[in-house]
Amino acid sequence: MPAECEGDSIPATGRHPLHNLWRLRHYLRPYATEFAWLLVAGLAATAAGIAVPLVAQRVVDGPVARQDPGGLVRLAGLALLLGLAEALLIFIRRWVQSSSSVGMEAAIRADVYAHLQRLPPSFHDRWQSGQLLSRITTDLSVIRRFLSFGLFFLILNLVTYVVVVVLLIRLHAVLGLLVAASAVPLFRIARRFAQAYHTASRRMQDQQGDVATLVEETAQGLRTMKAYGRGPELAARFAEGARALHDTGVGKGRLLAATSARLDLVPNLTLGVVLVAGAAATANGVLTIGELVAFVSLQLMLVWPVQGLGWIIAGGQEAATAADRVREVLDTPPAIVDRPHAVALARADVRGRLVFEGVSFRYPGAQAPVLQALDLTVEPGETVALVGATGSGKSTLLSLVPRLHEVSEGRITLDGHDLRDLRLASLRRLVGVAFEEPTLFSMSVWENLTLGRPDAGEEEVRAALALAQADFAYDLPWGLTTRVGEQGLSLSGGQRQRLALARAVLGRPAVLVLDDPLSALDVHTEAMVEASLRRVLRTTTALVVAHRPSTIALADRVALLEAGRITAVGRHSTLLATVPAYRALLSAEPPARPPGTTAGDSAPGGRGLVRS
Amino acid sequence: MTGADGDTGAPPRPVPSPRRPSDPPPRPSDPDSWRGIATDPDADRSRAEDSDPTAVARLRARSRVLLRNLLRPHRWRLAAAVALLLSQNAAGMAGPYLVMLGIDRAIAPLRAGNPGPLVGIAAAFAVAAAVEYAARRGFLVLSARIGQAVLLDLRQRVYGKFLRLSVAFHERYTSGRMVSRLTSDLDSIGELAGGGIDSLVLAALSILSVAVILLWLDPPLAAVTLLAFPLLYWLSRWFARASAAAYRRTRETIALVIVHVVESMRGIRAVQAFRREPRNQRIFAAVSDDYRRASLRAFRLIATYSPGIKVIGNVTVAVVLCYGGWRVLDGHTEIGVLAAFLLYLRRFFEPMQELSQFYNSLQSATAALEKLAGVLDERPAVPEPARPVPLPAGRAPGAVTFRSVTFGYRPDAPILTGLDLDIPAGQTVALIGPTGAGKSTIAKLLARFHDPVAGEVLLDGVDVRDVADAELRRALVLVTQETHLFGGTVAENIRFGRPDADDAAVQAAARAIGAHDFIAALPEGYATQVQRRGGRLSAGQRQLVAFARAFLADPAVLILDEATSSLDVPTERAVQHALGTILRDRTALVIAHRLSTVEIADRVVVLEAGRIVEDGPPAELVAADGRYAALHRQWRDSLV
Repeated sequence: MPAECEGDSIPATGRHPLHNLWRLRHYLRPYATEFAWLLVAGLAATAAGIAVPLVAQRVVDGPVARQDPGGLVRLAGLALLLGLAEALLIFIRRWVQSSSSVGMEAAIRADVYAHLQRLPPSFHDRWQSGQLLSRITTDLSVIRRFLSFGLFFLILNLVTYVVVVVLLIRLHAVLGLLVAASAVPLFRIARRFAQAYHTASRRMQDQQGDVATLVEETAQGLRTMKAYGRGPELAARFAEGARALHDTGVGKGRLLAATSARLDLVPNLTLGVVLVAGAAATANGVLTIGELVAFVSLQLMLVWPVQGLGWIIAGGQEAATAADRVREVLDTPPAIVDRPHAVALARADVRGRLVFEGVSFRYPGAQAPVLQALDLTVEPGETVALVGATGSGKSTLLSLVPRLHEVSEGRITLDGHDLRDLRLASLRRLVGVAFEEPTLFSMSVWENLTLGRPDAGEEEVRAALALAQADFAYDLPWGLTTRVGEQGLSLSGGQRQRLALARAVLGRPAVLVLDDPLSALDVHTEAMVEASLRRVLRTTTALVVAHRPSTIALADRVALLEAGRITAVGRHSTLLATVPAYRALLSAEPPARPPGTTAGDSAPGGRGLVRS
Repeated sequence: MTGADGDTGAPPRPVPSPRRPSDPPPRPSDPDSWRGIATDPDADRSRAEDSDPTAVARLRARSRVLLRNLLRPHRWRLAAAVALLLSQNAAGMAGPYLVMLGIDRAIAPLRAGNPGPLVGIAAAFAVAAAVEYAARRGFLVLSARIGQAVLLDLRQRVYGKFLRLSVAFHERYTSGRMVSRLTSDLDSIGELAGGGIDSLVLAALSILSVAVILLWLDPPLAAVTLLAFPLLYWLSRWFARASAAAYRRTRETIALVIVHVVESMRGIRAVQAFRREPRNQRIFAAVSDDYRRASLRAFRLIATYSPGIKVIGNVTVAVVLCYGGWRVLDGHTEIGVLAAFLLYLRRFFEPMQELSQFYNSLQSATAALEKLAGVLDERPAVPEPARPVPLPAGRAPGAVTFRSVTFGYRPDAPILTGLDLDIPAGQTVALIGPTGAGKSTIAKLLARFHDPVAGEVLLDGVDVRDVADAELRRALVLVTQETHLFGGTVAENIRFGRPDADDAAVQAAARAIGAHDFIAALPEGYATQVQRRGGRLSAGQRQLVAFARAFLADPAVLILDEATSSLDVPTERAVQHALGTILRDRTALVIAHRLSTVEIADRVVVLEAGRIVEDGPPAELVAADGRYAALHRQWRDSLV
């Protein structure tokens, strides 16, 4: 189970549970006036609602009793007006409420998304995507519901409660104070509930995130699941997560049920006590029967606000924990940002001298560094191939150039500028990247190619596609408008890789960073891409991860990466001749003949030929 | 609106229709057409979802059947819940009645020095309060249990269905939409399950009982009241139609938001490296705004509907007031009756408000349920056989035959036409050919990710369509260059190949494939969490883990599609060394662009445009001076 999620453990101790919800108040600010009107309209609608039965009472006691048809019509008209006014006020309240609540939700969502885009890959490696997703969807709608409805009814109910209690005290001080005292157990029940529910709702939200993560992971690993027929195992794993969610849901239901019933019990018992005491008082002649009736009927108006309290508190706690979760993301500062005096370099001014000076790097939380005091210089226009064993840190090294990760020690300079002194946007415009795994989004081919350069012209795109031998894109059913699947699934590995290469070279970046760019190409295509790439690389500084001689052929020099350091730099043939470690990595000659091979035995020299 | 972009709903945008030769090609650089045109018109939905009215009605009916189906196992618990609710309500009603009784009957005796009646009433009151407490608590617990059980059931059903649906379905549906169905849609059904049943039952109960009382009190007045019903019906009908469409749109638009978030978070490295953030933010703003507007529309509908009900209720009260007063004046009815009538009338219309709220949640949940019903209704394109044919007894020897197989991902673009290929058990075959020749397609057909359009694929003489999935997967494993690691430890990921394998077997597999050294060097060895999408393992290391997984699975037929592309040469050599041993007694289909893999092959098949153009032992083909010989030369030259 992917239970690990360091981000979730940010302690919120010592803070008020509603602290983070309160911090979201500025999203409510644009709607402050509307919210005030809402309250007014809500109170007015309640008042109008109360007035209608009063008018009916008047009708019965007045015109009807007095046989006055004119008065009857007048009062009925008043009742009609009040009724229409009530409906209109409710309409206004709900109408305004709907636009402000969804507007607010959209505003928070946009901010969270923007922040997520600013957070570096190391954050995204650490956080489960389902957890992020559930924050941006489920949690935000929980907050929206509370801020629009829960908060409004909380205020409305409190006002109703206070008004009724004041009226009761005025009606009869002792009994009134007795009713007022019933607020104490109510408050205690509510507080205990709030604490318990806080924990449960947080657990539920985290589990919702876990389930979302499981689902997303399943979608990702669908082919692997199918290939091994592991559907039952995944279903069992999902059932575990769903069951946990179910149990928490039932637990929450139990809490709410107990509290809700208790909250109901308090006014009922108070009513009983009032009845007994009132009856006694009436019997003693302290209270008239009429006063007792009035008192009790007024007291019955308290039932509804108290009954709703359980749900309002539940909604409030859910909103509070949802706000905590959203804040955990918003409060994570982006680790890789522009320095205060960062400069932007124009493409024309860049010669492209890329220097690694004593660069060390370790992943956050990892013990051992991946790169250690590494030195490497790539001269302007030069292409350096990076060679190293599987897992030696080649891809990590490349990711430092567009600052997807930040060097732990040392520095990387471009034409003498520390990369950290350059504006991120400027740096990333200068550096073209093709990753090991060509990431394609489910969008049009065009959009996938011009990712960060919506201004690219059709000719530029055509040239980039031609260079990467990716003209097949024009033959797709809708040309460049064709939506390629998520991860470009409808395309072959080689096609995806060529699109990613075209994306990297689009716009003639000053520095190209290519991670094994030809690995998925067949020999024929590889030769053609190599030829056209060579033309580009003549004038572009490039760092290319290579596993095979065919890719190394692109490079002017080769750097050997071993144990986090560059241990040898030079021409391929020189290294082959002088560096045993390099020879071991790339030599066409195997150190020993693997047993059990069945092919090529009859072809003289054939075995040597079919090795790379 | 037809098809693919029908639900994006952003500002007007050309409606894509199948392109005819005369149509001008859509301009790819149009900033609004970022989603592109899907090759499958049903890309964004399950087949059952369609925009024409009959399809909508059918789907609605299906979602109702689904709901009944989900509730059926809980019908006794539901009945118990309703009984609890009724007793809670009865106990609740007893309170005011007892108060009245106390005032009328207990005060006088008390004055006379007899506290008996008051004590009795107080006791009855306490009992009523206790019953109400217990019944309410019981009802709420029970309804939460039912709601959660239904949700759990539905969640598992939908998830299980997604697992069974074919690879082709998932390729067009996208993972984000699958996530949306299993999270956001279920949430909105959960909201209905969370509350509302009580308001439905109580409101219906009180409306019915009050209607009876009204008719009993004064039939002509009651008839006037009932005139409100056609209006209520008409209003509700309008709301039902409008809100069904509105909530359907919220489901579709939130799915697009989720798809966008999922994809941009997953591709965050590309997003940042290519400074995609501003453009992404704009697209996000657009999809999020679509969702906002869809929700706003739905909220505004209920904002209209609910006061609309209020208007009808209040107007009726005024009319009854007028007409009833007139009747009293005329002496047709008593003043007390009018008073009672008016009081009850309020009790009649107030629950209508709650009903409208419930109806609203129901509409929202139904829209979500429709989406899920659509998924559950989807017929797997690669179905499990109804009557599976067992593979020949014992461990299948693994003879593979393609018999005049025709296949294409799109009907108009066949990849393979009438392909025949016979691989005897135990043979290692290398598939060679340019990109797009159909190598991976052959692998996928054999692994039954897709079924051929015509012809058949046989494993040991049995059509793979007739083999039970579990048995097929035991016999045959496909390893591709996309190496997915699931959340969990390295050991768990290797064990994915054979869940019952012990630690020693897992280590032996890793050792055999040459992955042991790097795994042992990880901070926690085999217990190291690979984290999200194999975060910290390099592509090559992930391929090694995937290889160990396949090795552990120990299938009779192993299909390797570019499975060593990210390995360095010595590691690849080690893997091949291991393969040389393990492939000796099993059938293998090896696809590699690099001919280095070919050395372990007994036979080379060269494909071009979906046809076999050369076939034979590698040495012979090299000597024959055909396409393979040319490829071989070219490749040899590429080695420095």
